Order: sequence, then C-alpha cells, then structure tokens
Amino acid sequence: MNIDKRILMSPAFLAQALSGKRLLEEEVPIPQKCFDVLRSTKQLIPTPAIENQKGSVKCIRCGNVALQYFSEYPCGVCQQNHKYCRNCIQMGRVSECKPLYTWGGAAVNWPRHSQPLTWTGNLTTAQRKAAAQLQEAVEEKIPAYLCWAVCGAGKTEMLFPPLTSALKRGYRIALASPRVDVIRELLPRMGQAFQGVSIEALYGGSEHRTGMAQLILATTHQLMRYHQAFDVLIIDEVDAFPYYLDKSLMYAAKQAVKKQSTTLYLTATPRKNFRLQMKLGKLPHVFVPLRYHGHLLPVPKFKLAFRLTNQLANQKLPNAFRQWLIHRQNPKRQLLLFVPKIAMIKELKGVITSLLMEVDAISAPDQLEAVYAADEEREVKINQFRQKELHVLITTTILERGVTFPSVDVAVLNAGHDVFNEAALVQIAGRAGRSADDPTGEVVFFHDGKTDAMEKARQMIVEMNARGRKI
Amino acid sequence: MNFCLYCHVQLERSLTWTNWLTVEDNDVLCSSCADKLERISGERCEVCSRAWSSALCLDCQQWRQLGENIERNYSIFYYNDTIREMISQWKFRGDYVLREIFRNDLKDTFEKEFAGNSSMAIVPIPLSESRMHERGFNQSLALAEMLDAPVKQVLGRKSDEKQAKKNREARLRRNNPFFITEPLKQAVLIIDDIYTTGTTVRQAAQQLKLHGCPAVYALTLARS
Repeated sequence: MNIDKRILMSPAFLAQALSGKRLLEEEVPIPQKCFDVLRSTKQLIPTPAIENQKGSVKCIRCGNVALQYFSEYPCGVCQQNHKYCRNCIQMGRVSECKPLYTWGGAAVNWPRHSQPLTWTGNLTTAQRKAAAQLQEAVEEKIPAYLCWAVCGAGKTEMLFPPLTSALKRGYRIALASPRVDVIRELLPRMGQAFQGVSIEALYGGSEHRTGMAQLILATTHQLMRYHQAFDVLIIDEVDAFPYYLDKSLMYAAKQAVKKQSTTLYLTATPRKNFRLQMKLGKLPHVFVPLRYHGHLLPVPKFKLAFRLTNQLANQKLPNAFRQWLIHRQNPKRQLLLFVPKIAMIKELKGVITSLLMEVDAISAPDQLEAVYAADEEREVKINQFRQKELHVLITTTILERGVTFPSVDVAVLNAGHDVFNEAALVQIAGRAGRSADDPTGEVVFFHDGKTDAMEKARQMIVEMNARGRKI
Repeated sequence: MNFCLYCHVQLERSLTWTNWLTVEDNDVLCSSCADKLERISGERCEVCSRAWSSALCLDCQQWRQLGENIERNYSIFYYNDTIREMISQWKFRGDYVLREIFRNDLKDTFEKEFAGNSSMAIVPIPLSESRMHERGFNQSLALAEMLDAPVKQVLGRKSDEKQAKKNREARLRRNNPFFITEPLKQAVLIIDDIYTTGTTVRQAAQQLKLHGCPAVYALTLARS
C-alpha cells in the first residue's frame, strides 16, 4: 500500500483508508506519529496475527493451519523465537511478534448513489432474468448465491443491476477473481459503467494501491488484507485455479465480508461441491444457459492422433493437426492454441511457426506469439492478439477463462494431459464463437487417448446446449 | 512427509540398494529447484571469486592499487535469477527458514577453503538498528551461526540506505558505515550473503584492520 505520506490526514480520510482492513503495521499507510496516536486512542486495534494454542497454530490473515507452512525465526529485537506463516509470506511476513491492526475508529458512510449506472446498453431476456435474481439476493442479504452462466453469457452486464442496487444503498462492494487478467479487463468496463463511483483495482504489482474505494476489484489474494469490509462480495470464476484448491483464499473471502452480507459466486463450470449443494437445495442459484447472442456453445470435436505425446516430445506435430490446419472452415479466423506446459511452448513455437507458414495460415513468423504466466510481455501480447495484430497465439491454461476474443478457432494439443481438467476444457471451448457476427468457431481437442475430463467436458456443454434450446 | 522448502512440492525419495539402510542426508530442496542453483566452477579470480581466466580480475587489480584490505573472498554460487529470488524471499520477505537451503554448501565450503586456519574468528556483517527492527533477523548472522566455529559480533553499523537500490558508483563512494565494538587481534572470516562490488566486505575489513586484526577473509553465498 503506497499512499503518499505527505498527504493531508483528515479523520474522514483515515476512516476511509483503514476501515475494513486488517493490516500489518508497515502496511498502514500513515506516518509513525499518526500511527502511534491512533493506536493509543484505540482507533487502531492490535490483534495477534498467529494463534498458538496447545500445539495447533493458525495464521489469522490466511487461515493456514498446516504445520509445514509455519516456521520460526530468532527475533533480533525481542530475543525470542517467533513462529511465522510461510503460506502468505509474499504479502509481508505475519509472525507472533507483530500484531495485525483493525480499524476501531468512526464508521464510514459510503455514498448512496441515486443513479450510479451510466451504462446504456440493454440486457437480453435471459440476462435480465438472472440479473433480477442477483439483485434480489443483494437486497434480501442472502448470504450465498450462485450464478451459473455459460461462457459468453455476458456475466459482467448481468452484474450491473445488483451492483446498482447495492450502490443505491450505500454498500461497499468487492469483485474478486483468482485471475489477474480478469481484473485488468474488468477495470475499464466497470469504470465506464459506473462513472461516478470510486473504483480501484488491486492485484500484485498494481499501482497506487490505497484500497479505499467503494467498489474494489481485486485478485482473491488481496482479500486477505480486508476484514469485515464488504456488504457485497462477488467472486468471479469461483472454480478457477487457484481459488478452488486454496483453502486460504476461501478463508480470505469469508473474512472479508461483513456479518450481514451477500456473496455472489459466478461460474460457467461449477465444481462437484457446488453442484451437490445446488441439488440438495442448499445453495440458491440461477442458471443462464444461453450466450448473450442467443447461439449455442460450440461443441468440441475430438481428434485422435496416435503417439501424440511422443511426437510432441520429439518436437513433431501430429498429422491430424496439420490436416485440420489446412482444412479449417474459416482460415481467416484467429487461432488460439492451448498446450499443457510452458516448456512445450518453447519447444514447439518454432515447429508450429514453420508448419503454419507452410500451410499458409500465417504469412510471416511475427504473426504468431506465445504467452505464459510468467511472461513479462503477457499483457502486451494478449492485447496484440485482441487487436488482431497477431493471427495465432500459443498459450498455457492462463487464457482458459475470463479473456474474450471475438472470433477465434480453438485447438488443444494433448487435451488428455492432467492440467486440462473438466472445468478447464469447458472454459477453453468457451473461448470460441464469442461474437454475434461469428458465433460458431471450431473447437478441436487433439489427443492420443480420451480422458474422463474430456468426455465430461463435452457432456456438460451438450447438456447446457440442451437446456439453452428450451428457452 | 517432506516438502521442498522453496516450491513446496512433495519430495520423492526413491528407495535404492545404496540408501535402504542409511539415514539419508536431508535435502531440503526438490531436484528441480536444486538444479537451478549454479555453483561457480572452473577458473576464478583468486581474490574475489569472479569467474575469470587469469589470476586477478580487473576490479581486484584496481583494488590493489587503491590499497587492498581483504586477503580473499570465496563465493559459492553464481548470482543467477533463482538464487536472487531465494535470497530476496529469505531476507526481504523474512522467510528465515530458507537459510537451510545453503547450510550444507556453506559448511562444506568453510571446511574445504578455510578450516585450515583454526584460530580464525567468524564475523557477520551487522544490520543497522532500523533494519533489524524491520526484518527481525540478521541474514549474515543467520549464515554465520550455521558454521561450527565461534561467532564474534564485533562490528556495528550506522543507519543506512538499502544497498540493493544503489548503483555501483554510489556504493563505492559511500562513507564507511561500520564501527568496531570490540577490537580483535586474530584473523577474521567475514560471512555475508552476496558479494557484488566487494565494497561492504572491504569497508568492514578496513575497520577490523585499523583495530589490529591481522588478516581478513570473506565467505559469501553468491557472486554477482
């Protein structure tokens, strides 16, 4: 958190900057003297950061209880050994030595906007129905509500009515996603739609972080810095990595909301536990089976390529893939190519480039790029692809969700690999046919042995289409 | 169950004929993390450990002209991206336990390169008070304590700015931040994490020698 320390401190400013937060001393963005005053007047309340009772240890910030993620250091200041949490250490070390601070000063009255929505578009019938349900969930303060909407249903627009309703009531809101690309893409859209509302995006490496806006867009990790802050929490892509595997993120989400609040979960591919809860009637939900343009989801085709894993390992491309490239229905469409591992990108980029050149899919090598999680030019490349400056983009699963390209064909090389689970494959298939002008798009999974995940993914898409047809 | 100290993957140890009866040396890293650390091998500058094909690198020739005050620095690893991230998580994030990554290498190197001199005192580079308050531990002391030799904290440090944020020239020029709290009349081995320009080690050495220390050596984890 970097607030300019010369900034004029006013009580209202402090309350806005600190209420709903739970921070380490060094994260509290104010001068030392001011901090001391706030602490002595009980406006900043220290709470132990590590709970250590009879051999069970818990990190209060991230909820970690696994002993392997705790360690000790000999403190040079108080000459004692302190336990510290290694699970959330990337956000600053939490240890027994230093407390976390919560705000005990004046409550903040967030503005009640009379007409917050500056978006003038229209919702489709399906979107409107779901949006009304979500709005009701917010107004009735239903603790948890799930919106199951197929890829490309227009989830962001569906959020406008519930957000409007919340802003009219003077609520504080967070929209969180496990994926940083999603947050980056959402910021300008939300800024456009709610022009009079203070909005801030928080993610590792984002600039000017104060976290004091009424509407916070954040990666789920950032929620760890909040405590009983939000009236409405929306978690987008709730089934995405790492959220569904990382208990500490679920813990963070629970900690970040007020006691009376609504958490809306958005997903295109709910996982087992959610589906079970829905079936048991324990999780109220709404289902949106149609894309915003009213067309059905493209159903993935499976193409068997013998010895595919072997061939890829030897940097050869299977003939089936080559044939498909030559005979694409619409060779003008951009191509999004998924591979299971980063290492494979580096190995295959050259071979794929020469093959694409050979079959005239691209005219120059610079029309193809590869992108992966740790790539420093990740944003630039994704943007170039969106602007159609690139014709082909090779990627790992980082682009499986959240990012929208209007008109692409999608191919997965080695769809049988472990990283492509059911949800990932449904999401990947959902990248195609996003535009009303070109709603079809091909989706092909190349494999050398069908997996359960592939079958289930296809089945899920077929079922969603069946439900969509009924409308 | 054991996990890699750095990337947290589960460590797999296969049972073989050579290890089925022995208690294994505990590796703390998985093989993929361990492989990313590069040891300095082959020819090196005999004073500062930089990979160098002749006896003395250009920097050290220059130091000689200005008046050299360390006998020798020995570094174990190249300062590559992996070790940079490890060290930064260890000392800047404060992940104390990561020092275990370096324990075996540090001990082995100490025995091989310096143990001949048993009258040597181990001296860590000190932290300023404000830095200590922030970090809670001194990384240099944390390394020194892993060696089987007496550690003597005889240096103090005036408050300072972060080294890592300075360029080479600013580092070479700054005033000596160290002072002596207790004079030592024996040879000294300074322990630190990174040797960059060698200024830190030499400034510490200067103070030690001014107060009667006959010889100063250095053992550092990484040579950048």
